Amino acid sequence: MNQFPSSTFFSAPPDWGWYIVFYFFFGGLAGGSYFLAVLIDLFSRPEDRPLARLGYYISFPCIVISGLLLTLDLSRPERFWHMLIQSNTYQPIFKPWSPMSVGSWALTIFGIFSLLAFLSALAEDGHWQRPAARRLRPPGLLGSTVAVIGGLFGFYVAGYTGVLLAVTNRPIWSDTPLLGMLFVISAASISAASMILLAHKSGRTMPGVNALHRLDSWVVALELVVLIAVMISLGPVFRAWLNAWGLLLFFGVIVLGMLLPLALYWRRQWFGHLNVTAAAAAVLAGGFILRLVIVFSAQGV
Amino acid sequence: MAEPMGFYTDTTVCIGCKACEVACKEWNQLPSTNGGVNTLSGDSYDNTRALDGIHWRHVKFIEQFTEDRKDGRWLLMSDVCKHCVNAPCLEVCPTGAIVRTEFDSVVIQSNACNGCRDCISACPFGVIDVNPASGTAQKCTLCYDRLQGGLEPACSKACPTQSIQFGTINELKGRAQKRVDQLQQMGEKRAYLYGADEKMLGGLNSFYLLVDKPEIYGLPPDPKMPTRNLKSGTWFSAFGAILVGLMGIINFRNRGARVNAREDQP
Repeated sequence: MNQFPSSTFFSAPPDWGWYIVFYFFFGGLAGGSYFLAVLIDLFSRPEDRPLARLGYYISFPCIVISGLLLTLDLSRPERFWHMLIQSNTYQPIFKPWSPMSVGSWALTIFGIFSLLAFLSALAEDGHWQRPAARRLRPPGLLGSTVAVIGGLFGFYVAGYTGVLLAVTNRPIWSDTPLLGMLFVISAASISAASMILLAHKSGRTMPGVNALHRLDSWVVALELVVLIAVMISLGPVFRAWLNAWGLLLFFGVIVLGMLLPLALYWRRQWFGHLNVTAAAAAVLAGGFILRLVIVFSAQGV
Repeated sequence: MAEPMGFYTDTTVCIGCKACEVACKEWNQLPSTNGGVNTLSGDSYDNTRALDGIHWRHVKFIEQFTEDRKDGRWLLMSDVCKHCVNAPCLEVCPTGAIVRTEFDSVVIQSNACNGCRDCISACPFGVIDVNPASGTAQKCTLCYDRLQGGLEPACSKACPTQSIQFGTINELKGRAQKRVDQLQQMGEKRAYLYGADEKMLGGLNSFYLLVDKPEIYGLPPDPKMPTRNLKSGTWFSAFGAILVGLMGIINFRNRGARVNAREDQP
């Protein structure tokens, strides 16, 4: 067994490539941004509503892009609807034990909630003249319902991809149960980072950005702990990362995407006012490289 | 349901003729590799290389020789889908394209498959791949069409040494155990059955008689169901979401508290 540290080393790679890497990134952004926007809507002050709106503005386009990427990745893209409807009976198909089956439904349902919140944000910003649409966001019963249910689906969309990888027989992916947790936390960190960047780009003063920046530093620290836990949980399979992928993981994810943003948070004098955006950009880059390494490294084994 | 059917492959009598590969390709009308232009792998006599969407049978050539090549042996094995009783591919398939037939075999319905390739990563044996001609995941069907017509699969029919035997699983198990006993009595103490009992994925409906460790043949010693990680993965993810949620609440509330505190100052 020395040559093969796990029975997973006899499976074949599914050739999930760039479409999937980008999907994991945009799917994480879609779910994470919605999740954070809901937290801001429910727990922060009213003046942070513009910041939450940014979350909804990120979420919907990202979930649309995600659906397109997933469809393009299929060997038969015109059969994308087979994920939801059985082609021979036209009955819905739902397999609760298959993350891809549940994920397909979750993406569809989350897409609807994401659209509702997106429309509400547009209405609130005055870009869409339908005042009634503003009720689709908290406060209010309807808005809170959309927020909470959509937030739960957002969390699922952000994390199920990691569980999907674990529910295979590929090395690394299925040798740890922690990838879903890592993806959820990483989704939060890249989403907070992109909301921070958008807030700065908008030029408007958003008082919640500092809280978001602090939250991002906490989440990145947690992400680092979970990534180390992933490495430990791999046991002898960790050997599969003792190559160029491991180097990319170390320098691209741990150093660039985690240690640098944390240092920038604690040493605010380094780049002055650019510190916050530099940290956010580094977190985004690290989050992308994380998905890239996880998707590709397990298929080259 | 008809009685469970499958293959028993006695690797000790395989001569590496590849008649099974040819018969499979012919019956199932599988396209040639590289447009028929022959390329050599450099790996013994194995130019098929692996099971994939257009190779549903693969004869493996394992050379076990000493450094000076004065002593050694060939291990030959015709590999195929194991038609697992608890099939990982069938379990994860989101479209319902993978089904269990009345013969207890596992078949991918090409007209339902959309090529998501989840089954490829789920199969612990590396059996499945996309057939470029159809754009769908494909593998051995245990010649489902032949079975429905009362015929045996093309590969076992073509096998000249009865290395590949087709029949009911019960009967095959009995036959295989007798062969193991015979080999043991003859001094081949390494002979054993791989996948014949229920411990391995509920039993493999295509099981093997081997004379070395499974990994030597490129077989996983301990294949598992992919859903073994489902519960733990889900709970850890939920725990992660709760931690992020708590961090979010603390930070956004805390911010409010700080602003309030500032406002309260004279």
